[in-house]
Amino acid sequence: MKRIARSTLQTAINLVFFAAIGTAVLSSTFFLTHDEIVKSEQAEKLKLITQIVPPELFDNDVIQDTLTIADDPLLGNNGNTVAYRARLKGEPSAVVVEAIAPDGYSGKINLILAVRANGELAGVRVVSHKETPGLGDYIELPKSPWIKGFDGKSREVYKDEDWKVKKDGGQFDYVAGATITPRAVVKAVNKALQYFAANRDKLFVVNALKSNSKSQSR
Amino acid sequence: MSLQEYKDIFHNGVWKQNTGVVQLLGMCPILAVSSSVVNGVSLGLATAVVMALSGAAIAPIRTFVPNEIRIPVFILIIAVLVTVVQYLMNAYMYGLYVVLGIFIPLIVTNCIVLARIEAFASKNPAAQSAWDGLSMGLGLTAVLAVLGGMREIIGHGTLLSGIDLALGDGAKNWVLHVVPNYHGFLLAILPPGAFIGLGCLIAGKNWLNLRAERKRNSTATVAPIEAGCTPASH
Repeated sequence: MKRIARSTLQTAINLVFFAAIGTAVLSSTFFLTHDEIVKSEQAEKLKLITQIVPPELFDNDVIQDTLTIADDPLLGNNGNTVAYRARLKGEPSAVVVEAIAPDGYSGKINLILAVRANGELAGVRVVSHKETPGLGDYIELPKSPWIKGFDGKSREVYKDEDWKVKKDGGQFDYVAGATITPRAVVKAVNKALQYFAANRDKLFVVNALKSNSKSQSR
Repeated sequence: MSLQEYKDIFHNGVWKQNTGVVQLLGMCPILAVSSSVVNGVSLGLATAVVMALSGAAIAPIRTFVPNEIRIPVFILIIAVLVTVVQYLMNAYMYGLYVVLGIFIPLIVTNCIVLARIEAFASKNPAAQSAWDGLSMGLGLTAVLAVLGGMREIIGHGTLLSGIDLALGDGAKNWVLHVVPNYHGFLLAILPPGAFIGLGCLIAGKNWLNLRAERKRNSTATVAPIEAGCTPASH
């Protein structure tokens, strides 16, 4: 009986020993690469943001100028998301938010939108989607310029009935055989613009540097 | 340890016991990431690095690990190494990290890694084990490269697309447009294309094996026998 107990204990100690070594290796790698990982993630985000916010529209560090947005049915997001604010000489000139189109052909389509202070779309991009390759994926910029059709549009230029694909009597192009995908994207963009209209004051507050410094200290 | 022994291990890993087309282990990553050469080779190399490192790490401790807990310890070591590789890719090859996504952590569950540890590294010294892991990984990389190349050319008409994700923006114009103005062939890109392509590769490998065997026989017998074995058309 004693022997069994001893060998069990020995095995357990052995396992704990290896687990400790593994944890040590992992945590040191984590600390060594952490800064670099944060840097490359931010660089990637900035690349995406500069695609939809023209460089002449901002002179601040957009990545650091963030605002936390609670979930809203108009954005389709779950939980808090982060919005980025572009400023020119301190004045907010555009806001970048994430939105989700829940009704794509095969699941959610994640979008990122930039809206200028006057409610005009600066640009829209699809961040990730699961639409059929070669058919519904023309919403991606490398595959087709379709997504650029949103540039400069606003709810002033287009009324509610225009925010549909042409097949449904709206103003937006589509590819025959793949209408569900653009329909979902157009609907989501329209809803996001409604969100902007309703929350404009909150999003474009000039004196929002407090939330900015908070997120920096994170 | 002779040079011949290393040569045998290499030949075994890359050709005779090739994980991709002979052992058929690790089908999940093979089928999922072989849609282009760059994706396939990147994941293949990541797997090869993990296999070499885990062979080198496990062989020296093989005598200390009690037999009953060797599998959990091996898995633990493999998981640590994979996570280290994942952190490094996340930090220094971000674009590729995003593309390969879930398949990097899934290297842990790839049967090839544990299989080679069990079959080789737990019985052999560190140097041979590391070399065996690397050879096996390179064999997998070769299959992924060929399969990825086939699918990419047939599906998109290009080769090496996405290389800038692995080697930086400077490599952007390395992309070869093999077939200009190609409209694409969706089947090759979708999962069935991976199965069909892998089938062709296995058939091709078997055909080469048969041919080599027949050559050996024909030098022994006077009249070579021409059996009706045709290569897979691809």
